[in-house]
Amino acid sequence: MSCCCEHTAQSDLTLLDGVLEEYARVPGSLITILQKAQEIYGYLPQDVLRHIASRTGVKPAKVFGVATFYAQFRFQPVGKYLILLCQGTACHVNGSQMIEQAIEEELGIHDGETTQDGLFTLKDVACLGCCSLSPVMMINDETYGTLTPEKTKQILRDLKARAKEEEA
Amino acid sequence: MKIVVGQGSCGIAAGAGRVYDALAQSLAGYPQAQLTIAGCIGMCYLEPIVDLYEEDGRLTRLVRVQEQDVPAIVAVVETGSLDAVSHLEISEDDKAFLAQQTRIALRHCGVINPEQIADYLADGGYEAARKAITSMTPEEVIETIKASGLKGRGGAGFPTWFKWNAARQEQAQPKYLICNADEGDPGAFMDRAVIEGDPHNLIEGMLIAAYAIGASEMIVYVRAEYPLAVKRLRNAIRQAEEKGLLGDHLFGSGFSCRMRIKEGAGAFVCGEETALIESLEGQRGMPRLKPPFPAASGYWHKPSNINNVETFANVPWILANGGEAFAAMGTPDSKGTKVFALTGKIKKGGLVEIPMGKTLRDVIFGIGGGIRDNKAFKAVQMGGPSGGCIPAEKLDTVIDYKALSATGAIMGSGGMVVMDETTCMVEMARFFLDFTAKESCGKCVHCRLGTKRMLEILTRIVNGEGKEGDVELLEELCASIKDGALCGLGQTAPNPVLTTIRYFREEYEAHIREKKCPAHQCPALITYQIDPVACKGCTLCARGCPVKAISGGVKQPHVIDQTLCIKCGKCKTACRFDAVQVY
Repeated sequence: MSCCCEHTAQSDLTLLDGVLEEYARVPGSLITILQKAQEIYGYLPQDVLRHIASRTGVKPAKVFGVATFYAQFRFQPVGKYLILLCQGTACHVNGSQMIEQAIEEELGIHDGETTQDGLFTLKDVACLGCCSLSPVMMINDETYGTLTPEKTKQILRDLKARAKEEEA
Repeated sequence: MKIVVGQGSCGIAAGAGRVYDALAQSLAGYPQAQLTIAGCIGMCYLEPIVDLYEEDGRLTRLVRVQEQDVPAIVAVVETGSLDAVSHLEISEDDKAFLAQQTRIALRHCGVINPEQIADYLADGGYEAARKAITSMTPEEVIETIKASGLKGRGGAGFPTWFKWNAARQEQAQPKYLICNADEGDPGAFMDRAVIEGDPHNLIEGMLIAAYAIGASEMIVYVRAEYPLAVKRLRNAIRQAEEKGLLGDHLFGSGFSCRMRIKEGAGAFVCGEETALIESLEGQRGMPRLKPPFPAASGYWHKPSNINNVETFANVPWILANGGEAFAAMGTPDSKGTKVFALTGKIKKGGLVEIPMGKTLRDVIFGIGGGIRDNKAFKAVQMGGPSGGCIPAEKLDTVIDYKALSATGAIMGSGGMVVMDETTCMVEMARFFLDFTAKESCGKCVHCRLGTKRMLEILTRIVNGEGKEGDVELLEELCASIKDGALCGLGQTAPNPVLTTIRYFREEYEAHIREKKCPAHQCPALITYQIDPVACKGCTLCARGCPVKAISGGVKQPHVIDQTLCIKCGKCKTACRFDAVQVY
């Protein structure tokens, strides 16, 4: 994980009030709180993690420890489209490396990176459970199966076009 | 006419959602058409699937249905004649995929609407729980499970009744019943299919188990990557509460039990029961030392019992039909049925539920139809990162916990990833070690450092930098990780390496000594060459080469400059004359 000291931007901590009111005093709720915080902010900013620590009474080191343990949690903002590329066994056997290469060619990003325009983030995941349609990727909760490099590039181009339209 | 669109995650990915929306729009003016959904029937290779039920119950199954086929289905509703959809009807050969199965855990999947409790109740749903809670003692329920011979379907294969009985014997209160739905094994998706396709079956199975051990709270730990499963289960819990099937004084008895969902956050090790408990308590998912076992000291250090989804999904059927009926299927060691997720280089991929005792050949060639593109079968990977690769000469191994363990693989949760001659087994071992090295929680030194060292060695072998003695070094590391790790993840992490060394040692040696990859998969160890006789000089490969390594004029044989070639294989894919050879 890269150093996150430079991310000193202030988050609006009041957005988390409802979640903390419901869960702060319920033992064993730290992961749930982190999940809800990520839903709100899109990732887990450092000031939010500190705020969770102070409101729950859990030590900041422990909050960071739990957050960094699980693959779901992110510490950097993500793009408008989050590409989850399945790297499960079936996808691996059926050529997920070719799909990764196609995404890299089309967007110029590797695992964990975001495009300069803030549109796409690529993240490798262990298994999406759609093994019969491998290789598979999921973009913002929509699953795309039986991918080929060409099909993948077309999907990304369509999303780019859609984003442009929405902007206009 | 009833029209059922299969809406599991894979069906939706194949376009079932769009087909359903288009049908809903087109059928709005036809009151005789009743449009509904079902979960996944398990024939994933034929998705999207639409079932047409006529008034007399006759079923016509349409496969690979796309939006443009919707007018044909509307024509069937209009005319009552099936002629318009005859080109979409499932073939006799594909019907055999289901006909060869015996479905218990999956019996409702793809048949009933998972979002309507009425569908489940209409098929005798919750009657098994009623029978257990109102007319049997907890000990009698445990006896029934004992008679059935049911073993844990999550991987370890521990007798279910034994765990239930141990939790039953504990005096401390409250007791917890936990369902492990953190299906992290890459290549397995039967638990997702059960929750998405038949969530009430899981709830009922858990309710019976909760009664047997005396638990007052049930928790389902579902992985976050399964949003649809979470949604359907949440809906099912709410419906069961409304019907009084969850909550206080169930079926008029003194037994009360509630259920909630906890979403996992992505950690493979949380499939291990004590790591799962840590995660439930909001901690890093690191395994605890056993004993004490969860039955004595689990969630919040209270008696807890953990089983996986498929195990619970068998329980209502066992209670309804008797333990002996379940035990009548299978082998002396392994009773009942098991669900497998058949994927990889297989012709017909999907979910297969068969009685124990069938052979791997029955599943892969009988039901799965054999290998895609008429290539040769090489191995089947079973048990994911904890399992191993079983080679062709062991295809007649019967499916049974003991027989599979004897091959060096394990039954596991039921992932069966089929590999053909183009899959490199050393690269496969590297893939699994990459997985376990990333997923090791870091608690035990042997697992934390050992998996990393093994990954380094395997990476250098596939990169053509393997050294004499590497295989022996790997074997030594495997032995020490097995001995030195606390939990199942570490203890079984060497299995993919050990089984590939055992059955495919010559592939390791070819990589190390001859610097060759026999499967022609490892980029560092292969060269692409163009056969000058077969090459027609169409220039397709040269135009597609990303590094401009291919030269040659129109209608002239082309040549690859090996100093520039990055071995991406695009020329081979592009060539229409099969002129690009790999050495």
